[in-house]
Amino acid sequence: MSKTNSLPEPNDQWNLWEVFIQESDNEPHRHAGSIRGADAENALQNARDVFARRGKTKSIWIVQSDHIVATTTGDSASFFDPTSDKVYRHPHFYKHTLDDELWKK
Amino acid sequence: MSENIAAMEAEFNRRIAAGETIEPNDWMPEKYRSQLKRLISQHAHSEIIGMLPEGNWITRAPSLRRKLALLAKVQDEAGHGHYLYSSAETLGISREEMFDQLHSGKAKYSSIFNYPTLSWADMGMIGWLVDGAAIINQTTMAKCSYGPYSRALLRICKEENFHKKQGMEIIATLIASGDTGKAMVQESFTRFWWPTLMMFGPHDTNSPNSPDMMKWKIKLKGNDELRQRFIDMTVEQAQKWGLSIPDQQLAFNEATRSWEIGEIDWNEFTAVINGNGPCNQERMETRRSAHDNGKWVRDAAHAYEEKHRSKITTAA
Ligand SMILES: [Fe+2]
Ligand SMILES: [Fe+2]
Repeated sequence: MSKTNSLPEPNDQWNLWEVFIQESDNEPHRHAGSIRGADAENALQNARDVFARRGKTKSIWIVQSDHIVATTTGDSASFFDPTSDKVYRHPHFYKHTLDDELWKK
Repeated sequence: MSENIAAMEAEFNRRIAAGETIEPNDWMPEKYRSQLKRLISQHAHSEIIGMLPEGNWITRAPSLRRKLALLAKVQDEAGHGHYLYSSAETLGISREEMFDQLHSGKAKYSSIFNYPTLSWADMGMIGWLVDGAAIINQTTMAKCSYGPYSRALLRICKEENFHKKQGMEIIATLIASGDTGKAMVQESFTRFWWPTLMMFGPHDTNSPNSPDMMKWKIKLKGNDELRQRFIDMTVEQAQKWGLSIPDQQLAFNEATRSWEIGEIDWNEFTAVINGNGPCNQERMETRRSAHDNGKWVRDAAHAYEEKHRSKITTAA
Protein backbone atom coordinates (compact mmCIF):
# COMPACT_ATOMS: atom_id res chain seq x y z
CA MET A 1 0.00 0.00 0.00
CA SER A 2 1.18 3.50 -0.65
CA LYS A 3 0.22 7.13 -0.79
CA THR A 4 -1.49 7.98 -4.09
CA ASN A 5 0.42 11.15 -4.68
CA SER A 6 4.13 11.55 -4.30
CA LEU A 7 4.33 15.11 -5.51
CA PRO A 8 7.09 17.64 -5.17
CA GLU A 9 6.45 20.05 -2.27
CA PRO A 10 4.09 22.77 -3.49
CA ASN A 11 5.70 26.18 -3.14
CA ASP A 12 3.80 29.00 -4.76
CA GLN A 13 0.88 26.63 -5.23
CA TRP A 14 -1.78 25.90 -2.66
CA ASN A 15 -2.38 22.54 -0.97
CA LEU A 16 -3.66 19.63 -3.01
CA TRP A 17 -7.05 18.06 -2.18
CA GLU A 18 -9.08 15.19 -3.63
CA VAL A 19 -12.71 15.98 -4.45
CA PHE A 20 -15.64 13.58 -4.04
CA ILE A 21 -19.02 14.53 -5.46
CA GLN A 22 -22.43 13.11 -4.57
CA GLU A 23 -24.95 13.77 -7.31
CA SER A 24 -28.16 12.64 -5.60
CA ASP A 25 -29.45 11.26 -2.29
CA ASN A 26 -29.17 7.59 -3.16
CA GLU A 27 -25.71 7.71 -4.68
CA PRO A 28 -22.36 7.46 -2.96
CA HIS A 29 -19.73 10.19 -3.20
CA ARG A 30 -17.53 9.53 -6.19
CA HIS A 31 -14.03 10.78 -6.90
CA ALA A 32 -14.22 13.70 -9.34
CA GLY A 33 -10.62 14.93 -9.43
CA SER A 34 -8.27 17.11 -7.47
CA ILE A 35 -8.18 20.77 -6.58
CA ARG A 36 -5.81 23.33 -5.10
CA GLY A 37 -6.82 25.29 -2.04
CA ALA A 38 -4.89 27.16 0.65
CA ASP A 39 -7.20 25.84 3.36
CA ALA A 40 -10.28 23.60 3.54
CA GLU A 41 -12.78 26.39 3.04
CA ASN A 42 -10.92 27.77 0.05
CA ALA A 43 -10.56 24.26 -1.42
CA LEU A 44 -14.30 23.57 -1.01
CA GLN A 45 -15.16 26.78 -2.84
CA ASN A 46 -12.71 26.00 -5.64
CA ALA A 47 -14.10 22.45 -5.90
CA ARG A 48 -17.59 23.90 -6.27
CA ASP A 49 -16.44 26.35 -8.95
CA VAL A 50 -14.68 23.68 -10.98
CA PHE A 51 -16.60 20.43 -10.44
CA ALA A 52 -20.16 21.56 -9.67
CA ARG A 53 -20.78 23.98 -12.52
CA ARG A 54 -23.98 22.46 -13.88
CA GLY A 55 -26.34 21.57 -11.05
CA LYS A 56 -26.66 17.88 -10.15
CA THR A 57 -24.56 18.18 -7.02
CA LYS A 58 -25.91 17.16 -3.64
CA SER A 59 -22.75 17.34 -1.60
CA ILE A 60 -18.97 17.63 -1.86
CA TRP A 61 -16.30 16.00 0.28
CA ILE A 62 -12.68 17.05 0.11
CA VAL A 63 -9.67 15.42 1.73
CA GLN A 64 -6.03 16.42 1.56
CA SER A 65 -4.41 14.26 -1.09
CA ASP A 66 -1.55 13.07 1.09
CA HIS A 67 -4.08 11.57 3.52
CA ILE A 68 -5.24 9.05 0.94
CA VAL A 69 -3.82 5.57 1.22
CA ALA A 70 -4.36 3.17 -1.67
CA THR A 71 -3.48 -0.25 -3.01
CA THR A 72 -1.07 -0.37 -5.91
CA THR A 73 -1.59 -2.18 -9.19
CA GLY A 74 1.42 -4.40 -8.53
CA ASP A 75 0.06 -5.60 -5.16
CA SER A 76 -3.53 -5.89 -6.13
CA ALA A 77 -3.44 -9.45 -7.47
CA SER A 78 -2.24 -10.93 -4.17
CA PHE A 79 -4.13 -8.38 -2.07
CA PHE A 80 -7.53 -9.25 -3.53
CA ASP A 81 -6.72 -12.90 -4.16
CA PRO A 82 -8.33 -14.34 -0.98
CA THR A 83 -11.80 -13.57 -2.32
CA SER A 84 -11.36 -15.19 -5.71
CA ASP A 85 -12.02 -18.76 -4.49
CA LYS A 86 -15.00 -17.95 -2.27
CA VAL A 87 -17.77 -18.70 -4.70
CA TYR A 88 -20.09 -19.50 -1.79
CA ARG A 89 -20.36 -15.74 -1.22
CA HIS A 90 -22.43 -15.45 -4.39
CA PRO A 91 -26.10 -16.43 -4.83
CA HIS A 92 -25.42 -18.47 -7.97
CA PHE A 93 -23.46 -20.97 -5.82
CA TYR A 94 -26.78 -22.18 -4.39
CA LYS A 95 -28.66 -24.48 -6.71
CA HIS A 96 -31.68 -25.90 -4.97
CA THR A 97 -34.96 -24.11 -5.29
CA LEU A 98 -38.61 -25.07 -4.86
CA ASP A 99 -38.56 -26.77 -8.24
CA ASP A 100 -35.78 -29.15 -7.36
CA GLU A 101 -36.44 -32.71 -6.33
CA LEU A 102 -34.08 -32.42 -3.39
CA TRP A 103 -36.53 -31.18 -0.75
CA LYS A 104 -39.06 -33.92 -1.55
CA LYS A 105 -36.73 -36.74 -0.69
CA MET B 1 19.21 -4.86 -13.12
CA SER B 2 18.67 -4.34 -16.86
CA GLU B 3 17.06 -7.78 -16.93
CA ASN B 4 14.70 -6.53 -14.28
CA ILE B 5 13.78 -3.49 -16.36
CA ALA B 6 13.24 -5.68 -19.41
CA ALA B 7 10.82 -7.81 -17.38
CA MET B 8 8.97 -4.77 -16.11
CA GLU B 9 8.77 -3.36 -19.59
CA ALA B 10 7.38 -6.63 -20.90
CA GLU B 11 4.74 -6.63 -18.20
CA PHE B 12 3.96 -2.98 -18.98
CA ASN B 13 3.53 -3.77 -22.68
CA ARG B 14 1.32 -6.72 -21.82
CA ARG B 15 -0.95 -4.49 -19.72
CA ILE B 16 -1.16 -1.87 -22.48
CA ALA B 17 -2.01 -4.54 -25.04
CA ALA B 18 -4.67 -5.97 -22.72
CA GLY B 19 -6.31 -2.54 -22.58
CA GLU B 20 -5.54 -1.89 -18.90
CA THR B 21 -5.03 1.68 -17.74
CA ILE B 22 -1.73 2.77 -16.22
CA GLU B 23 -2.02 4.57 -12.88
CA PRO B 24 0.38 7.10 -11.27
CA ASN B 25 2.16 4.66 -8.96
CA ASP B 26 2.61 1.93 -11.57
CA TRP B 27 5.99 1.30 -13.09
CA MET B 28 6.30 2.90 -16.55
CA PRO B 29 9.12 3.38 -19.03
CA GLU B 30 10.83 6.77 -18.64
CA LYS B 31 9.94 7.68 -22.18
CA TYR B 32 6.25 6.95 -21.60
CA ARG B 33 6.35 9.26 -18.60
CA SER B 34 8.20 12.06 -20.40
CA GLN B 35 5.99 11.86 -23.50
CA LEU B 36 2.89 12.11 -21.32
CA LYS B 37 4.29 15.03 -19.32
CA ARG B 38 4.94 16.88 -22.57
CA LEU B 39 1.59 16.00 -24.13
CA ILE B 40 -0.63 16.69 -21.11
CA SER B 41 1.11 19.93 -20.12
CA GLN B 42 0.90 21.20 -23.72
CA HIS B 43 -2.79 20.36 -23.71
CA ALA B 44 -3.23 22.20 -20.38
CA HIS B 45 -1.38 25.27 -21.72
CA SER B 46 -3.64 25.25 -24.78
CA GLU B 47 -6.74 25.41 -22.59
CA ILE B 48 -5.31 28.33 -20.61
CA ILE B 49 -3.95 30.33 -23.58
CA GLY B 50 -7.17 29.39 -25.41
CA MET B 51 -9.10 31.62 -23.02
CA LEU B 52 -7.39 34.74 -24.37
CA PRO B 53 -8.77 35.05 -27.92
CA GLU B 54 -12.31 34.69 -26.56
CA GLY B 55 -11.71 36.74 -23.45
CA ASN B 56 -11.05 39.55 -25.89
CA TRP B 57 -14.78 39.66 -26.78
CA ILE B 58 -16.51 39.16 -23.41
CA THR B 59 -16.97 42.88 -22.76
CA ARG B 60 -18.14 43.44 -26.33
CA ALA B 61 -20.64 40.58 -26.67
CA PRO B 62 -23.73 41.83 -28.53
CA SER B 63 -26.26 40.76 -25.86
CA LEU B 64 -26.44 39.62 -22.27
CA ARG B 65 -27.32 36.10 -23.44
CA ARG B 66 -24.19 35.90 -25.57
CA LYS B 67 -22.09 37.40 -22.81
CA LEU B 68 -23.25 34.82 -20.26
CA ALA B 69 -22.59 31.97 -22.68
CA LEU B 70 -19.13 33.21 -23.61
CA LEU B 71 -18.18 33.82 -20.01
CA ALA B 72 -19.34 30.34 -19.03
CA LYS B 73 -17.38 28.80 -21.90
CA VAL B 74 -14.18 30.63 -21.01
CA GLN B 75 -14.61 29.54 -17.37
CA ASP B 76 -15.00 25.94 -18.56
CA GLU B 77 -11.68 26.24 -20.39
CA ALA B 78 -10.01 27.37 -17.16
CA GLY B 79 -11.43 24.25 -15.52
CA HIS B 80 -10.10 22.08 -18.37
CA GLY B 81 -6.67 23.57 -17.86
CA HIS B 82 -6.95 22.71 -14.20
CA TYR B 83 -8.01 19.06 -14.77
CA LEU B 84 -5.08 18.63 -17.13
CA TYR B 85 -2.45 20.27 -14.92
CA SER B 86 -3.66 17.97 -12.12
CA SER B 87 -3.27 14.88 -14.23
CA ALA B 88 0.20 15.93 -15.42
CA GLU B 89 1.17 16.50 -11.77
CA THR B 90 0.51 12.82 -11.03
CA LEU B 91 3.52 12.07 -13.26
CA GLY B 92 5.84 13.95 -10.91
CA ILE B 93 6.04 17.41 -12.46
CA SER B 94 4.88 20.38 -10.39
CA ARG B 95 2.45 22.98 -11.61
CA GLU B 96 5.09 25.66 -11.03
CA GLU B 97 7.49 23.87 -13.31
CA MET B 98 4.84 23.67 -16.03
CA PHE B 99 4.02 27.37 -15.62
CA ASP B 100 7.73 28.17 -15.86
CA GLN B 101 7.96 26.18 -19.09
CA LEU B 102 4.98 28.08 -20.49
CA HIS B 103 6.08 31.53 -19.38
CA SER B 104 9.66 31.09 -20.53
CA GLY B 105 8.44 30.08 -23.99
CA LYS B 106 9.92 26.60 -23.67
CA ALA B 107 6.56 24.82 -23.78
CA LYS B 108 4.32 24.72 -26.81
CA TYR B 109 0.56 25.10 -27.03
CA SER B 110 -1.95 24.76 -29.83
CA SER B 111 -0.99 26.97 -32.79
CA ILE B 112 -4.59 28.08 -33.36
CA PHE B 113 -4.59 30.44 -30.37
CA ASN B 114 -1.91 32.60 -31.94
CA TYR B 115 -4.41 33.95 -34.47
CA PRO B 116 -6.32 37.14 -33.69
CA THR B 117 -10.07 37.42 -33.08
CA LEU B 118 -11.01 40.39 -35.22
CA SER B 119 -14.81 40.22 -35.41
CA TRP B 120 -17.72 38.89 -33.38
CA ALA B 121 -18.14 36.14 -35.99
CA ASP B 122 -14.81 34.76 -34.75
CA MET B 123 -16.55 33.76 -31.49
CA GLY B 124 -18.93 31.60 -33.51
CA MET B 125 -16.05 30.29 -35.61
CA ILE B 126 -14.00 29.25 -32.57
CA GLY B 127 -16.92 27.33 -31.07
CA TRP B 128 -17.84 25.65 -34.34
CA LEU B 129 -14.38 24.94 -35.81
CA VAL B 130 -11.84 25.06 -32.99
CA ASP B 131 -13.94 23.36 -30.32
CA GLY B 132 -15.28 21.06 -33.05
CA ALA B 133 -11.73 19.99 -33.91
CA ALA B 134 -10.84 19.69 -30.23
CA ILE B 135 -13.86 17.40 -29.67
CA ILE B 136 -12.64 15.01 -32.38
CA ASN B 137 -9.16 14.92 -30.85
CA GLN B 138 -10.29 14.63 -27.26
CA THR B 139 -12.97 11.97 -27.68
CA THR B 140 -10.33 9.78 -29.32
CA MET B 141 -7.70 10.58 -26.69
CA ALA B 142 -10.16 9.79 -23.89
CA LYS B 143 -9.49 6.10 -24.57
CA CYS B 144 -5.75 6.52 -23.98
CA SER B 145 -3.79 4.26 -21.65
CA TYR B 146 -2.97 6.73 -18.85
CA GLY B 147 -5.81 6.68 -16.29
CA PRO B 148 -5.67 10.26 -14.95
CA TYR B 149 -5.46 11.76 -18.45
CA SER B 150 -8.24 9.58 -19.77
CA ARG B 151 -10.54 10.52 -16.86
CA ALA B 152 -9.77 14.24 -17.25
CA LEU B 153 -10.64 13.98 -20.94
CA LEU B 154 -13.94 12.24 -20.26
CA ARG B 155 -14.91 15.12 -18.01
CA ILE B 156 -13.77 17.66 -20.61
CA CYS B 157 -15.69 15.97 -23.44
CA LYS B 158 -18.94 16.28 -21.48
CA GLU B 159 -18.52 20.07 -21.45
CA GLU B 160 -17.35 20.62 -25.02
CA ASN B 161 -20.68 20.09 -26.78
CA PHE B 162 -22.04 23.25 -25.23
CA HIS B 163 -19.01 25.14 -26.58
CA LYS B 164 -19.60 23.94 -30.10
CA LYS B 165 -23.35 24.51 -30.02
CA GLN B 166 -23.15 28.06 -28.74
CA GLY B 167 -20.68 28.79 -31.55
CA MET B 168 -22.97 27.30 -34.19
CA GLU B 169 -25.85 29.35 -32.82
CA ILE B 170 -23.81 32.55 -33.23
CA ILE B 171 -23.04 31.65 -36.84
CA ALA B 172 -26.61 30.66 -37.71
CA THR B 173 -27.91 33.90 -36.19
CA LEU B 174 -25.43 36.05 -38.12
CA ILE B 175 -26.23 34.28 -41.40
CA ALA B 176 -29.97 34.67 -40.83
CA SER B 177 -29.52 38.38 -40.11
CA GLY B 178 -28.80 39.21 -43.77
CA ASP B 179 -25.97 39.98 -46.14
CA THR B 180 -23.80 41.92 -43.70
CA GLY B 181 -23.93 39.14 -41.11
CA LYS B 182 -23.26 36.48 -43.70
CA ALA B 183 -20.31 38.40 -45.09
CA MET B 184 -18.90 38.68 -41.58
CA VAL B 185 -19.19 34.89 -41.17
CA GLN B 186 -17.57 34.23 -44.54
CA GLU B 187 -14.65 36.54 -43.80
CA SER B 188 -14.07 34.82 -40.46
CA PHE B 189 -14.43 31.33 -41.96
CA THR B 190 -11.85 32.16 -44.63
CA ARG B 191 -9.34 33.18 -41.95
CA PHE B 192 -9.96 30.21 -39.65
CA TRP B 193 -10.33 27.30 -42.09
CA TRP B 194 -6.65 26.52 -42.73
CA PRO B 195 -5.35 27.26 -39.20
CA THR B 196 -8.03 24.88 -37.86
CA LEU B 197 -6.84 22.08 -40.15
CA MET B 198 -3.31 22.66 -38.84
CA MET B 199 -4.55 21.98 -35.29
CA PHE B 200 -4.37 18.25 -36.03
CA GLY B 201 -0.62 18.52 -36.41
CA PRO B 202 1.82 17.50 -39.16
CA HIS B 203 1.25 14.57 -41.52
CA ASP B 204 1.89 11.27 -39.75
CA THR B 205 4.90 10.72 -41.98
CA ASN B 206 6.45 13.89 -40.47
CA SER B 207 5.47 13.20 -36.88
CA PRO B 208 8.56 11.70 -35.22
CA ASN B 209 6.95 10.72 -31.91
CA SER B 210 3.97 8.94 -33.40
CA PRO B 211 5.09 5.28 -33.56
CA ASP B 212 5.99 5.08 -29.86
CA MET B 213 2.90 6.94 -28.85
CA MET B 214 0.70 4.64 -30.89
CA LYS B 215 2.38 1.55 -29.46
CA TRP B 216 1.76 2.77 -25.91
CA LYS B 217 -1.77 3.93 -26.69
CA ILE B 218 -0.95 7.48 -25.71
CA LYS B 219 -2.22 8.29 -29.15
CA LEU B 220 -4.93 6.17 -30.75
CA LYS B 221 -5.43 7.60 -34.22
CA GLY B 222 -3.10 9.32 -36.66
CA ASN B 223 -3.21 13.08 -37.26
CA ASP B 224 -4.30 12.62 -40.87
CA GLU B 225 -7.18 10.31 -40.05
CA LEU B 226 -8.57 12.69 -37.43
CA ARG B 227 -8.12 15.69 -39.71
CA GLN B 228 -10.00 13.87 -42.47
CA ARG B 229 -12.86 13.06 -40.12
CA PHE B 230 -13.11 16.76 -39.28
CA ILE B 231 -12.99 17.83 -42.93
CA ASP B 232 -15.75 15.46 -44.01
CA MET B 233 -18.00 16.63 -41.21
CA THR B 234 -17.29 20.33 -41.60
CA VAL B 235 -17.41 20.68 -45.38
CA GLU B 236 -21.00 19.46 -45.32
CA GLN B 237 -21.96 21.86 -42.55
CA ALA B 238 -20.32 24.79 -44.37
CA GLN B 239 -22.19 23.92 -47.55
CA LYS B 240 -25.52 23.84 -45.72
CA TRP B 241 -24.83 27.37 -44.54
CA GLY B 242 -23.84 28.40 -48.06
CA LEU B 243 -20.26 29.26 -47.10
CA SER B 244 -17.50 28.94 -49.65
CA ILE B 245 -14.42 27.00 -48.61
CA PRO B 246 -11.13 28.80 -49.35
CA ASP B 247 -9.53 25.88 -51.21
CA GLN B 248 -9.48 25.72 -55.03
CA GLN B 249 -8.43 22.08 -54.95
CA LEU B 250 -11.16 20.81 -52.65
CA ALA B 251 -12.84 17.85 -54.36
CA PHE B 252 -15.07 14.96 -53.38
CA ASN B 253 -13.53 11.57 -53.97
CA GLU B 254 -16.36 9.21 -54.96
CA ALA B 255 -14.30 6.10 -54.27
CA THR B 256 -13.35 6.96 -50.68
CA ARG B 257 -16.54 8.99 -50.10
CA SER B 258 -14.51 11.78 -48.59
CA TRP B 259 -13.32 15.32 -49.31
CA GLU B 260 -9.76 15.87 -50.48
CA ILE B 261 -8.11 19.18 -49.72
CA GLY B 262 -5.19 21.07 -51.23
CA GLU B 263 -1.82 21.10 -49.46
CA ILE B 264 -1.61 22.75 -46.05
CA ASP B 265 0.90 25.58 -45.76
CA TRP B 266 3.35 23.84 -43.44
CA ASN B 267 5.70 26.82 -43.43
CA GLU B 268 2.99 28.85 -41.78
CA PHE B 269 2.38 26.05 -39.26
CA THR B 270 6.08 25.83 -38.37
CA ALA B 271 6.38 29.60 -38.04
CA VAL B 272 3.38 29.85 -35.70
CA ILE B 273 4.46 26.87 -33.58
CA ASN B 274 7.92 28.40 -33.22
CA GLY B 275 6.65 31.70 -31.89
CA ASN B 276 6.24 33.74 -35.06
CA GLY B 277 2.46 33.73 -35.52
CA PRO B 278 0.45 36.96 -35.53
CA CYS B 279 -0.28 36.92 -31.77
CA ASN B 280 2.35 34.72 -30.09
CA GLN B 281 4.04 37.58 -28.33
CA GLU B 282 0.85 39.23 -27.18
CA ARG B 283 -0.53 35.93 -25.81
CA MET B 284 2.63 35.27 -23.82
CA GLU B 285 2.74 38.81 -22.43
CA THR B 286 -0.92 38.65 -21.38
CA ARG B 287 -0.39 35.26 -19.77
CA ARG B 288 2.72 36.33 -17.88
CA SER B 289 1.17 39.51 -16.57
CA ALA B 290 -1.97 37.61 -15.48
CA HIS B 291 0.27 35.27 -13.50
CA ASP B 292 2.28 38.12 -11.96
CA ASN B 293 -0.80 40.17 -11.15
CA GLY B 294 -2.38 37.16 -9.43
CA LYS B 295 0.58 36.68 -7.11
CA TRP B 296 -0.84 38.77 -4.29
CA VAL B 297 -4.00 36.62 -4.29
CA ARG B 298 -1.98 33.40 -3.97
CA ASP B 299 0.18 34.96 -1.27
CA ALA B 300 -2.80 36.33 0.65
CA ALA B 301 -4.52 32.94 0.71
CA HIS B 302 -1.30 31.35 1.95
CA ALA B 303 -0.90 33.96 4.68
CA TYR B 304 -4.53 33.56 5.76
CA GLU B 305 -4.14 29.80 6.02
CA GLU B 306 -0.90 30.14 7.99
CA LYS B 307 -2.38 32.65 10.41
CA HIS B 308 -5.34 30.34 10.94
CA ARG B 309 -3.10 27.37 11.58
CA SER B 310 -0.94 29.22 14.10
CA LYS B 311 -4.08 30.35 15.95
CA ILE B 312 -5.23 26.74 16.26
CA THR B 313 -1.80 25.64 17.54
CA THR B 314 -1.58 28.43 20.11
CA ALA B 315 -5.12 27.73 21.32
CA ALA B 316 -4.35 24.05 21.90
FE1 LIG C 1 -11.50 22.95 -23.47
FE1 LIG D 1 -13.93 24.15 -25.39
